[in-house]
Amino acid sequence: MMRALKSFGAFWYDFVIGDDWQVAAIVVAALAVTALLTHVAGVNAWWLLPLGAFAALAWSLYRATARKS
Amino acid sequence: MTDLPLILTVFVACAVEAVEALTIVLAAGLTRQWRSTFQGMAAALVVLAAIVAVLGPTITLLPLTALRLVVGALLAIFGLQWLRKAILRASGYKALHDEASAYLREVAAAKAAPVSKRRWVSDWYAFTLSFKGVLLEGLEVVFIVITFGANQHNLGAAVIGAAAAVVVVAATGFVVRAPLSRVPENALKFAVGIMLTSFGTFWGAEGAGVTWPGNDAALLVLVPAVAMVSLGFAAWLRRGRGAGEVPGSGGPAATATAPMPATESEEVTGR
Repeated sequence: MMRALKSFGAFWYDFVIGDDWQVAAIVVAALAVTALLTHVAGVNAWWLLPLGAFAALAWSLYRATARKS
Repeated sequence: MTDLPLILTVFVACAVEAVEALTIVLAAGLTRQWRSTFQGMAAALVVLAAIVAVLGPTITLLPLTALRLVVGALLAIFGLQWLRKAILRASGYKALHDEASAYLREVAAAKAAPVSKRRWVSDWYAFTLSFKGVLLEGLEVVFIVITFGANQHNLGAAVIGAAAAVVVVAATGFVVRAPLSRVPENALKFAVGIMLTSFGTFWGAEGAGVTWPGNDAALLVLVPAVAMVSLGFAAWLRRGRGAGEVPGSGGPAATATAPMPATESEEVTGR
């Protein structure tokens, strides 16, 4: 039973998160900061999530290629 | 957003997955037995249809803001993973997905497996190979159909895009009776990654409370911006590596070192 649950969890982790969990962490952090800026500080921070996505991609590519170089 | 971008995005994403599923189905059908292969494929399609039928209407019951926040985050994460792999492949850091060699691997494994009968399935290996291949490749399509369809309150258009892709790929596979190795898979994955990331970013930010300048028209800037940044990363990595290949050209990259092999998650998800 535990093995089946572990396999199920591992499948969905691979399915959604994939090879680099830090991409997901950066996207979630950027969304949280966007929500805070918008709702608490009253800043329409539409630019933050695209910048976060580009940063996540750059960081992930850097980590993947640095390991290989 | 009108129906056409929704249908096209789902069509391309689904076509990529359908090509990979076709490789597995052909390997099972041509080397084992077509009847059990079709049974496995039909069973997987029934499961996928049930997931869409249950989750699709359920997810649209969520408040739009919460839906966009959650779905936007998932799509952005999903899209960035597609883009990451497509860029690494385009720049020669990762081996291109090769349908011909994937087919040969599946055929070798299918030939080696013994025949066993279970209830109404005469070849259990062919059934499970086909079932798992179609189900795993189809889950990503279901995810895209549900998220795009729910966000646009147009599940029907998303299903039309997915169904059209399955029909086109299946018909092509039926005609050529070989894996579709000439399909520029990496270029298609690049395009899907760009669309998923752009729409995920757009909806996620809306869910977080922002108002985009120009509302929906912001996508006309966001999609090209994501494309340009991604192509820029690919070109930059390619130059750094000294390899020469445009995204998805399908040709071998002139690599200084061997590209990374496929990872376990790639084998699971097919991304």
